[in-house]
Amino acid sequence: MSAVLFFIAAIGAITGAIGVVMLRNQFYSVLALVFHLVSLAALFLLLRAEFVAAAQVIVYAGAVMVLYVFVVAYVGGGEEVAGGRSGLSIFGPLLAIALAVELCVAVLGTALKGIGGKGAPYVPGFGTPEQIGKLFLTKYLFPFEVASLLLLVAAIGAIVLARRRRGLEPDAELTARYHPPRPAWTGTMAEAGGLTHFEDPAGQPEVKPAGQPEGEPVLGSQQ
Amino acid sequence: MAIGWYLVVSALIFAIGAAGVLVRRSPLVILLCLELMLNAANLALVAFSRMWGGEDGQVFALIVLVVAACEVTVGLGLIVAMYRRQLPIDVDDLRELQG
Repeated sequence: MSAVLFFIAAIGAITGAIGVVMLRNQFYSVLALVFHLVSLAALFLLLRAEFVAAAQVIVYAGAVMVLYVFVVAYVGGGEEVAGGRSGLSIFGPLLAIALAVELCVAVLGTALKGIGGKGAPYVPGFGTPEQIGKLFLTKYLFPFEVASLLLLVAAIGAIVLARRRRGLEPDAELTARYHPPRPAWTGTMAEAGGLTHFEDPAGQPEVKPAGQPEGEPVLGSQQ
Repeated sequence: MAIGWYLVVSALIFAIGAAGVLVRRSPLVILLCLELMLNAANLALVAFSRMWGGEDGQVFALIVLVVAACEVTVGLGLIVAMYRRQLPIDVDDLRELQG
């Protein structure tokens, strides 16, 4: 039973990993990674690491992946340009296959006796939140505190990196946000009262009510 | 299942992640492939923790999880900053630092 579950979860994890690399659409890549993470959580459960499996599903497959989906949607995602990087598209997979073979040889060729066995005898309570919490607050207290500091630094760093910097980026985005292009015959009361539509920075044709002469004052012009 | 099988799966996932970092051009997908490699390391850590019968490896795996979350936050912040400055979202086009 355990062997069947192991092979299902392992094949799921490897399929998900291949999907992340092979799929052209970035959105599908993120979804493949979610599949991979859930399969990996099943492997963790088979290794009796309950708390790590739960943290994996909640933190990774939940929170971090939602962040990824947000950024893919913000940046536009879509298809990557066809054709990989020159040279690396041939040597990359070759290098990866060599790395996999080498790692397998190194792992299976070690003289570790435990590698062929099923692991240490199971004691009740192994891998539960209670045990992990005890270790975190006694033996590994310092790494625990450093991890919280690291999270703080990362949060502040992300805010500093992603904030809007005046002068570094063009104003077109701001202008487009405050004066979005509108379809014809929808507009403000000022336009209905005879003023023409502002000139729009995106270069779309200016919308004017019929019958208005040229040369009217332009409202809200940015130039 | 023998612990060796878990380590083989971990090695395969790591190699797939390394191939992705080398082959793909979008920084978003490169970040995803880095996640794959960190997860492969996590799987090996948890497998060794099971082999020795102590939870120390699991604690290490959780710390790796925290570091991965930090790396994602900063990496996605960089990508958003690149998008704001209207730079191409492509690691091959961003070669200003190349001498």
